[in-house]
Amino acid sequence: MTDQQALVKLKGIRKKYDHEVLNIASLALKKGQIYGLIGPSGAGKSTLLRIINLLTPPDSGSLYFHGIPAPLNGTARLTLQRKMALVFQKTLLFRDSVWNNVAYGLRARNYSHKQIELKVGPLLEQVGMEHLAHRRADTLSGGEAQRVAIARAVAFDPKLLLLDEPTANLDPRNIEIIENMITGLSRERHMTVVMVTHNVFQARRIADEVIFLDKGNIVEMGSAEKIFTNPDQEKTRLYVEGRMIY
Amino acid sequence: MSQLGEGIIEAFRLIISLDEGLLRIVFLSLRISGLAIIISTFIGVPLGTLLGLKAEKKTRLVNKLIFTFMGTPPVVAGLLIYLLISRMGPFGVLGLIYTPTAMIIAQVTLATPIIAGLTMVGVRSKGTAVVETARSLGAGQGLVTWTIIKESRISILGAIITGFGRIIAEVGAVMIVGGNIEGQTRVMTTAIVLETRQGNFELAIGLGIILLLLSFIVNSFLYNIQRGGGSSD
Repeated sequence: MTDQQALVKLKGIRKKYDHEVLNIASLALKKGQIYGLIGPSGAGKSTLLRIINLLTPPDSGSLYFHGIPAPLNGTARLTLQRKMALVFQKTLLFRDSVWNNVAYGLRARNYSHKQIELKVGPLLEQVGMEHLAHRRADTLSGGEAQRVAIARAVAFDPKLLLLDEPTANLDPRNIEIIENMITGLSRERHMTVVMVTHNVFQARRIADEVIFLDKGNIVEMGSAEKIFTNPDQEKTRLYVEGRMIY
Repeated sequence: MSQLGEGIIEAFRLIISLDEGLLRIVFLSLRISGLAIIISTFIGVPLGTLLGLKAEKKTRLVNKLIFTFMGTPPVVAGLLIYLLISRMGPFGVLGLIYTPTAMIIAQVTLATPIIAGLTMVGVRSKGTAVVETARSLGAGQGLVTWTIIKESRISILGAIITGFGRIIAEVGAVMIVGGNIEGQTRVMTTAIVLETRQGNFELAIGLGIILLLLSFIVNSFLYNIQRGGGSSD
């Protein structure tokens, strides 16, 4: 895959806090794919999402979008950031209505009132939240809040959707709803999705490709089928079989 | 009847009869403290937000200074402002001493650190999560700042309520720089001191009740704003 073919490409990305948390020689993400990012706690999964989202600058290395180096500050960074969205592990909905939460990113992009209505209404309907449009977001249940957070993130049609454990602490019914939302929205909008999950079964269910990260390094990356049935690395096999000791 | 009972009756008589002298004192108090709290809000909220968004280790000294000024005794603030604006002071030429403007300056000096300090604490408690969520949704710096202020509105209104409570009830500073001149700089607190000294306890108690009532009304209004929000466009 050439730099131009990849939506996002990372080269020699390193990040260190008190110890090295990320050291990625090369990673390319294709357009329209769903990536499952798996690995034990502290593997660097969230840091990787933050670096891709340009929220955290890497210590060294380069990041490319459509083959063009990503600016790390200024207006150009904001322009690029507006092409992607990140849903955090701990969802924070603003103390406002569901509608205004979903409209937030559109307002940030100066969409008109009419355009916002045309986007938010159908989206809330699509995620089954239209009846709660005028409810205060801080009164929603965990599953509802996560649905609103994802709707808010996709409202402005990002090219890249980054999800950090979007179904953590949810019941099976809500997990199913969220998974269907993610796969449906990704297919329909040709969005690239990178989803961090600790649930390998979930990664197998919804990801086209799986990235296995451990101690800041990519141990293995490949199609979900290959990673779960015939991985190249023994470490990967142990992890997906739930037998990895760390 | 006890002095307290007579005072309460006198208070209601003054309120019902819309006593001109009393109304003048009440309106002057509200005008001075109202303007002071507006100015303090315009200074304190942005300052507190700015400090709250910065890493704590970078603002440690400023934090300590603000927390110290939050507890400034009103008479000390009044004395300092008196020395600055009295005829012999560096700003004496402006002729501010014993004017409502001087009283507003004194009250701004007392309320601003309270609003800035409490806003800073409120913003800091929410800060990183709100800022990162807003940024991840494509908000520019202006919208990020507005969002953090909106999200911290309960703390910020709490700060404004506290600041207002401090200055509407304050007597030392306004007495020193205002001079308690009848019809010009006499506000409720200074009037209470004067009436008490003259033995007019009924009027002093009456003014005290009105002061409490006004404080209750203003704080109820701010409290309702604080509890509001969540409506859609």
